[in-house]
Amino acid sequence: MTEDGILLETRGISKNYGAVVALRSGDIRVRAGEIHALMGANGAGKSTLVKVLTGDIAPNAGVILLDGREARFASPASARRAGLASVYQDVSLVPLLTIAQNLRLTGTTMAAIRPWLQELELEDVDLSEYARDLPTPTLHLLDLAQTLASLPRVLILDEVTATLPADLSERVFRVARRWRAEGRSVVLISHRMTEVKALCDRATVLRDGTTVGVVDLASSGQEEIVSLMLGPAAASVVVSEGAVADSAPARKVDPSPAVEVRELRSGLLQDVSFTLRRGEVLGIVALEAQGQADLFECLSGNRRPDAGEILVQGKPRRFRHPHDAIGAGLVLVPADRALALLRQRSVLENIALPMVNQLRRWGLINTRAEGRRVRTAIARLEIDTRAGSRVMRLSGGNQQKVTIARWLATGFLTLLCFDPTRGIDIRTKEQIYRVLRELAASGSAVLLFTSEMPEIQLACDRALVMFGGRVVAEFPAHDATEAVLLRAAHGLERGGAGPAEAAS
Amino acid sequence: MSAPAVARPRVAPGLARLLRRNAWTLGTYALFVAVMIFTISIHPDYGPYEVRSLVVGAMPLAFAAVAQTCVVLGGGIDLSIGAMMAVANVVAARYMQNHDFTTAILLSVAVLAGGTLAGALNGVIAVRTKVPDIVVTLAMSFVWGGVALLILAKPGGGAPDAFLALAGGNLFTPWVPNGILLLIAVVAVVWVPIRLGRLGLALYAVGSDRTAAFRRGVKVGPTRVFAYAVGGFFAACGGLALLMSTGIGSPLAGTIYTLSGISAIVLGGVSLAGGRGGVMGPIIAAFVLTMVPADLILTGTDPNLGQVIQGTLIVLVVMAGGLAPLLRSRRRAIVRGASSG
Repeated sequence: MTEDGILLETRGISKNYGAVVALRSGDIRVRAGEIHALMGANGAGKSTLVKVLTGDIAPNAGVILLDGREARFASPASARRAGLASVYQDVSLVPLLTIAQNLRLTGTTMAAIRPWLQELELEDVDLSEYARDLPTPTLHLLDLAQTLASLPRVLILDEVTATLPADLSERVFRVARRWRAEGRSVVLISHRMTEVKALCDRATVLRDGTTVGVVDLASSGQEEIVSLMLGPAAASVVVSEGAVADSAPARKVDPSPAVEVRELRSGLLQDVSFTLRRGEVLGIVALEAQGQADLFECLSGNRRPDAGEILVQGKPRRFRHPHDAIGAGLVLVPADRALALLRQRSVLENIALPMVNQLRRWGLINTRAEGRRVRTAIARLEIDTRAGSRVMRLSGGNQQKVTIARWLATGFLTLLCFDPTRGIDIRTKEQIYRVLRELAASGSAVLLFTSEMPEIQLACDRALVMFGGRVVAEFPAHDATEAVLLRAAHGLERGGAGPAEAAS
Repeated sequence: MSAPAVARPRVAPGLARLLRRNAWTLGTYALFVAVMIFTISIHPDYGPYEVRSLVVGAMPLAFAAVAQTCVVLGGGIDLSIGAMMAVANVVAARYMQNHDFTTAILLSVAVLAGGTLAGALNGVIAVRTKVPDIVVTLAMSFVWGGVALLILAKPGGGAPDAFLALAGGNLFTPWVPNGILLLIAVVAVVWVPIRLGRLGLALYAVGSDRTAAFRRGVKVGPTRVFAYAVGGFFAACGGLALLMSTGIGSPLAGTIYTLSGISAIVLGGVSLAGGRGGVMGPIIAAFVLTMVPADLILTGTDPNLGQVIQGTLIVLVVMAGGLAPLLRSRRRAIVRGASSG
């Protein structure tokens, strides 16, 4: 270790893919015994820096110093031997092997991993299951357990909590604190400011592929991080929480219902009833696996409900296929962009995809009309299309905007957003909130499930809380503080007017 | 609170899960039994002679299928397997002729080594140049096809009788031809240790998800080269088996085995996307695919119609087998995406 306690340091790491510069000059200095946040907007180069640190990709320039000595990693395996190991944003377990076989691949012994399985409360997981048969949060924790088993001196957590519900995230934080207490280091990448503030000692901020500052979290607040992330040009758009809601156009909630759900039952969903009116953004809050996914599956026509009714503008509808739902004006923005987009195709084609049913003339696609509507949608959402020839090259936030732009261009009545801002930077999030509110103001209805409770007050008019497959509480947005929502989401109290009563 | 998100109810523990995971292979066995029953029903005096022709006829295809399986499991495909078989076949036939059994065996070992190298060459080219393997191996199939014709322009050559008896003879009883023992022995000695060891695990990992395998510490490039090398070895086995089965060398006979080998692995439950399947299914499928045309001839069907029937059979079987996972995946959610909610 060097004299100032720096365990890991990088200097001027850069990486480009052809003409696209992913990382210009990544510098980070991580002390032994600290939890160090790596922050930046989407596309700022955080994941690229992590991949360089763990030998997943080779940098074009720059050096990595471990204990003050230069280190080179040809593969994740060699980085792991040197003491750097990462849990990646996307799960890195081989899907067609069992968990036990995945452990064998890295040479992890049961003796080494067992304490960590216990620490992360994974004792019940059947290790002879194929990785692809287990839910993603479980895989992320298993990945973490295995990484911990190699006792890395620097543990890197790349957006691990983005796909984890709050209670599982807490287990990850517990491990991170323990790592710090034992004099090792943790590098944490997260978009959740509260998480970073509560857990980390210092934060390195990246913007446009360059390190723009290091913030001591004990002495300074999140405003400093946000202004660093946004840069001098954008400093004026820095807003405190709640400002988005205040600045939005005054909304007139049209009393006519866009969608009515009556005693819907499917999967985890048990007799859910509520009304979504035109001109409102209705928030859904729930912990992991409380039936919210089933609700969205039914509304988007991806699954037929076991019982109950869906009324669109007063008429009962049965959806056999997403096509039926889209025809009725119900369109879905899923959390996982990869499921909504054609990753290899251009931004234009992705946005135009659902329009082909409308813009055909004698079987040919009317490309001029298509282009006009697509450009309007791109401009409205401020999509960065520089890498637009393939959607997979866009950052996550831009990909999500493409998903929304698709429906803007196609037209819809009700937008179903399932955790649309997962893993997206603050600035893009704000753009998305603003668009949702504008859509509502222009007479559409928006149903928004979010895993981040502060979003409710930022974007919604009303919030429903689901627990155990039922709607257990309803709040107007100004009452829906995080504390209130959290209690209700844990099934601790029944608040507000029960929608079941309201429906009857 | 967290329990439902992490712990999954165990729907099918133990035996049930074992059956589910090997359902396709078991299905292939059932198909084999069904076709066998049909064969015996139209051919009441089915005896050792028929068993012998079946085994001898199926061996080249069985080896071709095992060769393709090795490559496909690792996430690749090798379109030059038939051409490599042809080269192995003509080299052996040309140089074994008029020699004794010992020379024939030594030559076989050389041919097998050459096949392994040829396979490895495919792998090295595909890995180093990053040209898609389907292109590399298609090009190599022309190269080896030409080489086979250069070595032996028209069918000819031969092999000592003792060598041919390795497939057609019988050590114990006429009901068990040597060929089947040879097939089992080669697969047991070469494939089983790979499958049970770290290399096999790496092979399946690379075929299943290359990025994840890399992050798990698997050496992806060398593993892929290894898959092609083993494929080349089994292709050479196929070429030798072809010689045992026909008694002569033929520069063109091998080429059909590229595509019929792929039919056999598809029928045998190997996923062309990689990472899923084993060698037992394709071997049994090779026997089924050998029996069906023979049966059709016995029933007096036009051989050309036989081709149609065989193709239809493959599509139907694969459709039936694909139905179960399809039904399961339709229930897989789109909304929840990366979460399990």
